[in-house]
Amino acid sequence: MQLTVNGKSYDVNVPSDMPILWVIRDKLGLMGTKFGCGAAQCGACTVHLDGQGIRSCVAPVSRAEGKEIVTIEGLNDTLSKPLMAAWTEIDVPQCGYCQTGQIMAAAVLLRDNNNPTDQDIDNAMSGNICRCATYQRIRKAIHLAAELKKSSS
Amino acid sequence: MSNAQLIDRRKFIRSTALAAGGLIIAFNVPAGIRTRGVVKEPVLFAPNAFLRIGSDNSVKIILSHCEMGQGIWTSLSMLIAEELDADWKSLQVEHAPADIAYYHTVYATQRTGGSSSLNSEFDRYRKAGATARYLLVQAAANRWKVAPDDCQTANGYVVSGDKKISYGELVTDAMALPAPADIPLKDPKDWKIIGGKIKRLDTQEKIKGTAVFGMDIHFPDLLTVMVARVPVNGATVTGYDEAAALAVPGVRQVVKIPTGVAVLADDFWSAKKGRQALKVQWDLGAAANISSDSLFTEMKARADKGGIVATEEGNVAELFKQSVTKVEVEYFQPFLAQSPMEPLNCTVKLSADKCEIWTGTQTQTDDQHAASEITGLPISQVFIHTCFLGGSFGRRNITRSDFVREAVEVAKASGKLVKTVWTREDDIQGGRYRPAFLHRFKVGLDANGMPVSWDQISVGQSVMTGGPFEKIAVVNGVDTFSIEGMQAVPFIKALKNKKIAVNTPDWPIMIDNWRAVGMSHTIFAMESLIDEMAYAAKKDPVAYRRLLYKDDARLLKVLDLAAEKSSWGTPLPKDHGRGIAAFKACGSYVALVAEVSVPKNGMVKVHKVTCVVDCGTAIQPDGVVAQMEGSVGYGLSAALYSEITFKNGQVQQKNFYNYPILRMNEMPEVNTYIVPGNEPPGGIGEASVGQMMPALTNAMFAVTGKRIRNLPIYKMKMGNA
Repeated sequence: MQLTVNGKSYDVNVPSDMPILWVIRDKLGLMGTKFGCGAAQCGACTVHLDGQGIRSCVAPVSRAEGKEIVTIEGLNDTLSKPLMAAWTEIDVPQCGYCQTGQIMAAAVLLRDNNNPTDQDIDNAMSGNICRCATYQRIRKAIHLAAELKKSSS
Repeated sequence: MSNAQLIDRRKFIRSTALAAGGLIIAFNVPAGIRTRGVVKEPVLFAPNAFLRIGSDNSVKIILSHCEMGQGIWTSLSMLIAEELDADWKSLQVEHAPADIAYYHTVYATQRTGGSSSLNSEFDRYRKAGATARYLLVQAAANRWKVAPDDCQTANGYVVSGDKKISYGELVTDAMALPAPADIPLKDPKDWKIIGGKIKRLDTQEKIKGTAVFGMDIHFPDLLTVMVARVPVNGATVTGYDEAAALAVPGVRQVVKIPTGVAVLADDFWSAKKGRQALKVQWDLGAAANISSDSLFTEMKARADKGGIVATEEGNVAELFKQSVTKVEVEYFQPFLAQSPMEPLNCTVKLSADKCEIWTGTQTQTDDQHAASEITGLPISQVFIHTCFLGGSFGRRNITRSDFVREAVEVAKASGKLVKTVWTREDDIQGGRYRPAFLHRFKVGLDANGMPVSWDQISVGQSVMTGGPFEKIAVVNGVDTFSIEGMQAVPFIKALKNKKIAVNTPDWPIMIDNWRAVGMSHTIFAMESLIDEMAYAAKKDPVAYRRLLYKDDARLLKVLDLAAEKSSWGTPLPKDHGRGIAAFKACGSYVALVAEVSVPKNGMVKVHKVTCVVDCGTAIQPDGVVAQMEGSVGYGLSAALYSEITFKNGQVQQKNFYNYPILRMNEMPEVNTYIVPGNEPPGGIGEASVGQMMPALTNAMFAVTGKRIRNLPIYKMKMGNA
């Protein structure tokens, strides 16, 4: 099967029902995308499939054929830079395990919405669990990232 | 001569008596760290086990404790960097190997827990930095032929007059010098790093996805393992379809181990499918009779019956009879799973002469011993590579190292390089739970509403029995963690008529540490009860606590400041209310005020939490704030939703859909205030989890007049799983 991940093309020999998460991690060795629940409940495995945030732990790899997967390792600078800068400034992570998924979910929000309100953040981010409960800082960081993105464009 | 040899030859064994907790520890450099990970081969100066300074000006901190989110990667490093006068930007950090040099100063094994890292390492880590600085200054003074007192240090340099030299340039000289017997530490007023606005050192790798958690360990010949684990504690395997599992593409091997049947495969997905194909049959054993309903009934019966007395004084029955107001209440709290975001996992590479383990763990020494016991290898041939922990909350601090032990069993039985991976369902159903607890009280109040008699029985399994701290924690049959923190409350201590007893069931339910351990349930009971006493006494909950806590100046201070910062007593919109809880936990004092609204027939919404903490010296203040915020979320999750229930011995919850975790839209605004203090650092990771639960239910009472005595507030409707 032909896969495009972070702009690179890969030939993978996996069963078509293998979730994208395990192709990325076990076959391509991209470890930034995390396994949390395997049931689309926590968002730790969030990646972009043709720009849409998806739960890669339940999405079979067959869904990705002919489409573009983007993981935390390949997030474009327009979104990555303000998000990373904001996450750094607010010092968001604790254990850090869910944070790449949080950032991938926030990236979709930020791409589509230059001025996310608290309600927008609730709507976009409530699918992503942080067991350390860094939510308040994630919220602040998203607001800050929106500011940074605007000022750089 | 290689640098490793150079360092070997130095034999940096400098026994000192620097340990804080009275335990004397050789300040030596374990063999494992001398030769690892050096790219450009700089000369490495290792004045003690916790620090290496390179001729390339690198400064590496070796952490005896593990980073699981609580922030010691940064705060422990700050202790060394402060005394070393290191260039903060040059710091690198790594987890220590398992070695006696890294034993906890109090626990006497290598262990992270009890919110004790900063307190126990406060002197040892500062002295590690100060010793290195002393030797570097001495080396510079010798070189310049000036007195050490004429030298100053800052940002990784020694300076004297117009002379300036970097630490890196001095390492070879410093290595030849004898270490001082003891070393004075800076006056806190001279601190530049401790207490400062310092950012976490692990943020970059965690947001870029390059941080290595146990789950991320990978080798080309590694097989992923999934274990079909006993569904009920004590169950045994009676049969399984090995051929069906082996027929799944990618499955390589099936082995039976003490905890179940393990499927080894090329990847997670194949292992999971292979495990499904096994269709293991079990003899569920005696524990299959357990159900939550009957446990609850039994707990009540046990409370009726009484228990082993922990404290008894005066004439409780008589004083209760004479009392003006009687408060008779009981509080029930369920079994809970820690559910860290990173499911358990453990990689084991076993050969004839050594066993290497990669995992996120709080208990390196225990793990080493477990692996040694299983493999027959000497402890010195078991190497633990501690990875970042994707959360733990106690799940990776387990008596007998359950998940490490299991992985070593698989490696031994299969002869392969293996990584066990637990699914979320495995984590929730194969847990080591916070025990359910019933706390029952009969308190008599005098005409002023103050307690004159106190009769308490606490019913729940003992966490400490059978564990490493049994000898200290279990006193005359009383697990002091079943009533953790309660006897130490000054007004309880001062009460002339009291009886506190415990009744400890010996159920075959696996229980262990859960964030805040005993105080995850005792604070809810105490601070709910005190609220009830306040209302019974017709006093404002804060005013009443002021009277009760009058002999505890630090608790009083956080209480008062929390009242002030939350505008306690000022009017609120309709359906809104405030609740307070204050308690000393892990050496820190925390008061929380929750502001909630409870619409008619609706769900409670927590709008705001005001948090005041006195943790003595706040090493990294923003880290303290982060832990307070996180604990508010963790406590709220438990109070609102969390409950592990049993039916026919099996856990009914499976995943986050029926073991829900607090989400973004439910997180209140948290405002944290740190009371400045110069006492030794108290714990912060567990200090405010327990207070959140009663602060919430007390606030709900203020709105509804309905007292919540059973948690969780919202019970999930379970199917007949």
